Amino acid sequence: MDLRVRALESVLTEKGYIDPAALDVLIDTYQTKVGPRNGARVVARAWVDASFNDWLMRDATAAIASLGYSGRQGEHMVAVANNGTQHNMVVCTLCSCYPWSVLGLPPSWYKSAPYRSRAVRDPRGVLAEFGVTLPEATTIRVWDSTAEVRYLVIPQRPAGTDGMSEQQLAALVTRDSMIGTGLARAPDAHRE
Amino acid sequence: MTMTYISHADLGGRDLPGRVVPEPEGELFHAGWEPRALALTLAMGATGSWNIDASRSARETLPDYLRLSYYEIWLAALEKLMAERGQLMPDELAAERMLHPAVPVRRVLQAPAVPATLAKGSPTARSIGAAPRFKPGDTVRTASGPFEHHSRLPGYARDRIGTVEQLHGAHVFADTNAQGLGEQPQHLYTVVFDGVALWGADAAPGLRVSIDAWESYLVPA
Repeated sequence: MDLRVRALESVLTEKGYIDPAALDVLIDTYQTKVGPRNGARVVARAWVDASFNDWLMRDATAAIASLGYSGRQGEHMVAVANNGTQHNMVVCTLCSCYPWSVLGLPPSWYKSAPYRSRAVRDPRGVLAEFGVTLPEATTIRVWDSTAEVRYLVIPQRPAGTDGMSEQQLAALVTRDSMIGTGLARAPDAHRE
Repeated sequence: MTMTYISHADLGGRDLPGRVVPEPEGELFHAGWEPRALALTLAMGATGSWNIDASRSARETLPDYLRLSYYEIWLAALEKLMAERGQLMPDELAAERMLHPAVPVRRVLQAPAVPATLAKGSPTARSIGAAPRFKPGDTVRTASGPFEHHSRLPGYARDRIGTVEQLHGAHVFADTNAQGLGEQPQHLYTVVFDGVALWGADAAPGLRVSIDAWESYLVPA
């Protein structure tokens, strides 16, 4: 594969279709700038700021853009909040649609056949493979991203986090908790 | 009737082997060529030679879709899309150099333009004159297919009864856009189904699944 990709890049460059320097910028963007820490900042803001949270639930695209996150594969955002009665999980059964602007590139499992086939039918079985067990009374809502709307799960704020700063809270927000295959981490009493 | 269009990517609800294997957040790529394959795909997409729906269609119709890794799928589809347009021929890949003249592209994504291009994205919302046919709470039945073309109505949600939950305005219609028949925007809805409506009596208790469905996928029920 290495050779094939190198050959492809050199022929496309020779033909003038691509600027090789643009490839470096694209890769650097998703390696260092656009990733799940963006989404974590959105979630932490929603936890501490009720009016931001209202805005996020009403018009996620605009609320998220106000924090500087917009664009490719996040053009039309909807935020879905977990609560005591409903847990939300996001999938794309048809390909791998994913909210890049807030979560970056999707993990391998999100693009894999086992996740895409089972998330819509056996979400509790999928959650078990992430080590997550939800109360039986919790209903599960699965969002299949079949158009250009992209979904961001707002996990529940963990107990024992009163008084934590927005930045400390963001560190508790995992990528998987924003897809719905995980929960936000509990604060570590021994670590600030 | 023989189906001439077959998607190998419509996986929802299928009985497929394998476990879901969690992955650490920082683990973005699994081989040195993967980031280049990603970037080549994005850069060629930015030339405007095809739209995202055409590229999804090129991927889902790869006969060996299920045997390929995701970036292998992207690369194979990229090569297919370029070959169809005469932009790159297989002998050039083998020779690792240009053997046929370049076909002009609309745009070339230059490095300084990358951040603004990504930040802008490609919104699919459009204004149309027609009022939406459905409103939240309406009961609808989804189309049964089969479709002789790319479609975003998953197999498991065809010919099923659900409830319109949210209107998203009009969006570029993937089915026509993928075929080069234009954007033909339609109203888009989130339609939610009870697990039982999708999977029958042995559905997971309390499960609800939604899809985003264009208006022409739906009829009143």
